[in-house]
Amino acid sequence: MSHDSAFAPSIGRRIARTFIVYVQDRPGTLNRVVSLFRRRGFNIDSLTVGRTEREGVSRITLVVQSDEDTARRLEANFYKLVNVLEVHDVTHAPSVSREMAFIKVRAGAERRGEILQLCETFRARVVDVAPESLTAEITGTSEKLDGLIELLRPFGILEMVRTGAVAMARGTAAQGSGGPSEGDLAA
Amino acid sequence: MEQIAEKQEARRGTSPQSTPVRMSGAQILWEVLEREGVEVVFGYPGGAIMPVYDALPASPIHHVLVRHEQGAAHMADGYARASGKVGVCVATSGPGATNLVTGIATAMLDSVPLVCITGQVSSTLLGSDAFQEIDITGITLPITKHNYLVTRAEDLAHSIREAFEVARSGRPGPVLVDITKDAQQATVPFRWSDEPVRLPGVRPARRLTHEQIERAASLINQAKRPLIFCGHGVIKAGASELLLRFAEKTGIPVASTLLGLGAFPASHELSLGMMGMHGEAWVNHAVQESDLLVAVGMRFDDRVTGNLKNYATAARKIHLEVDPAEVNKNVKADVAMLGDLGRSLERLLPAVAQREHQDWRARIRALREDSASRDVQGIPHQGRLRAPHVLHDLWRLTRGEALVVTDVGQHQMWEAQYYRHERPRSLLTSGGLGTMGFALPAAIGARFARPDEEIWVVVGDGGFQMTACELITCAQEGIKLNVALINNGYLGMVRQWQEFFYGGRYVATPLKSPDFVKLAEAHGLTAMRVTTREQVASAVDAARKAPGTAVIEFCVEGEEAVYPMVPANADLHAMIRRPSRIEESIHEP
Ligand SMILES: Cc1ncc(C[n+]2csc(CCOP(=O)(O)OP(=O)(O)O)c2C)c(N)n1
Ligand SMILES: [Mg+2]
Repeated sequence: MSHDSAFAPSIGRRIARTFIVYVQDRPGTLNRVVSLFRRRGFNIDSLTVGRTEREGVSRITLVVQSDEDTARRLEANFYKLVNVLEVHDVTHAPSVSREMAFIKVRAGAERRGEILQLCETFRARVVDVAPESLTAEITGTSEKLDGLIELLRPFGILEMVRTGAVAMARGTAAQGSGGPSEGDLAA
Repeated sequence: MEQIAEKQEARRGTSPQSTPVRMSGAQILWEVLEREGVEVVFGYPGGAIMPVYDALPASPIHHVLVRHEQGAAHMADGYARASGKVGVCVATSGPGATNLVTGIATAMLDSVPLVCITGQVSSTLLGSDAFQEIDITGITLPITKHNYLVTRAEDLAHSIREAFEVARSGRPGPVLVDITKDAQQATVPFRWSDEPVRLPGVRPARRLTHEQIERAASLINQAKRPLIFCGHGVIKAGASELLLRFAEKTGIPVASTLLGLGAFPASHELSLGMMGMHGEAWVNHAVQESDLLVAVGMRFDDRVTGNLKNYATAARKIHLEVDPAEVNKNVKADVAMLGDLGRSLERLLPAVAQREHQDWRARIRALREDSASRDVQGIPHQGRLRAPHVLHDLWRLTRGEALVVTDVGQHQMWEAQYYRHERPRSLLTSGGLGTMGFALPAAIGARFARPDEEIWVVVGDGGFQMTACELITCAQEGIKLNVALINNGYLGMVRQWQEFFYGGRYVATPLKSPDFVKLAEAHGLTAMRVTTREQVASAVDAARKAPGTAVIEFCVEGEEAVYPMVPANADLHAMIRRPSRIEESIHEP
């Protein structure tokens, strides 16, 4: 889903950055967002979409690998989409971020104990057990999921699905509760 | 009669208490267009847009019947560029809509505000691959600023108004509104509101901080070899006057992008001319030697910068730009000043010092003298007709006062080099997309925006044949244009690349053409052929005097090249130069 654009001045440090983007819940909105990434060659790590407490408003949590300049340009490009209501870069803001995964791992009787112990350490729940496999459900930061997956890999991962991260700022202040400002519209 | 009375009632009925009138979606469309100040639309009918056409006679808006929908989009584009207003075009579903695509993309890349109306199959048939159903909102997603699919007459008025607001706000661009046939036909209550349209969402406020102004001013005040870059944005923002004051106060010379030509008067002592691939050699050298670039409303396109790695390496950059997504895209800015260009210049003006830059300007003059020895104007024509001479003569004969609309190719670059523009919106050309076939239809659109001005179309034999069908639109509308058709017998710009970079193998560039004089005459237009330089003045004079559109075919030297030239992705100073006069005269037969 990604390529390095030839033009982007990639001089800064590339890190995983998390954006929260509020969009109008309209047909085609997600298409526009994804099209932006495809065309401009931004690197998406993960993208999740869901409803919010506000009627007609969806919330996208997006993790991208980028340097600071690219992040600002990404934000500016988001704002060019008419259906985008607000964009917040919460990378450096105090926030909680969680991702969920199901991992189906090969687990014959002889190794099952070992696997269960690993799951326990990571606070993963076993949601299905079959004669030759078991399925664990894990919630946590993306790094925590990476950790468990790495440890389970030698046993043989048969199937896996990750949701992508969702994020929320800490504290009482809601992201995106700000009123309209007098900025240039849809520049 | 009753309907008209009702319509007038609706027009007056701006208070929320007034009873809404019932109107069809099609009637609402024309009503809203009229209230948005639209005077003319360019279009072509078909099945899915017939209700809209059926409602047209009741509207005072003039409709221009084009011969190909691409022409409709270019006409709306030319109208918008010439007027500063939003251009409107109309097409039917399917092939009508897809024919607009090139015109929409042309407008997108040059930030031209358009509202494109397309008919669509009934909402009940959407997604069924019905006859002439095409997903035009999907197709145009990356080439519009935004687009709408309207399936209910109730949503129409709001969508159209929002489309106009999106098209003209911030960095302008094209917006498409696809309207299903049932939405055109349904009758619903219509009530106009004078409330300005608010776009959804919150945009970050772009206030210039005191600190930014200080930093920019201190860079400007300390620079020894500064340049101002003047782009299309200056024209769009109506900031020419402010730019002039800024340049005169700071004493900084001004270089222009192709689309910025006219924003700063060419005859001004601070004007350097065009930069970039076919820019003036002294400008490109000056850019490479500069220590500060003040870029105003331009986006460091690759045709302007050449190889970014070695581009103006000694220069700090101040970037004044309306679109935040353009800053730090190609070139890293030391100071970015976002927002309306006029406002930014206004803030900057009191903070900058009065300067002269004598040494730096003397240095640029020296660079210029070297170039003058290579200028084609100094080369005798010796009985042969050369395109650069034609453009130079056209500039002289029209005293630089015409509105010129150019197509794409060598003639476009010669026009940019030799026709010196003094005022904004006096050159219309397709810069970003470089769309051949743009000029004639765009000029037709411009004519509706500027009914009394002298308009010249400058077009190649290749590009002319792409949209020549619109000649008859000129005849049908009784429009007066002057067409300078530069016939070099080649797709000249491509031939030039073949000459320079492909071992002179002219593959698919020699071009046979119809008898252009007969062709124009067959359309009932005045036409003449010019083969020597001596004939240029009288032909231009005759064209200007002709009551309707006049076409002059200039049969010019076939293998002339545009100099200087920065090969694609080469360093800006690594230009291919015209052999100097002495060298050239050796080759003269
Ligand atoms: C629609 C389109 N197709 C192809 C091109 C590529 N192209 C750029 S310039 C050019 C040649 C133009 O020839 P002509 O119109 O005769 O102008 P000249 O260069 O000879 O002055 C071509 C083919 C283009 N810019 N636009
Ligand atoms: Mg040609």
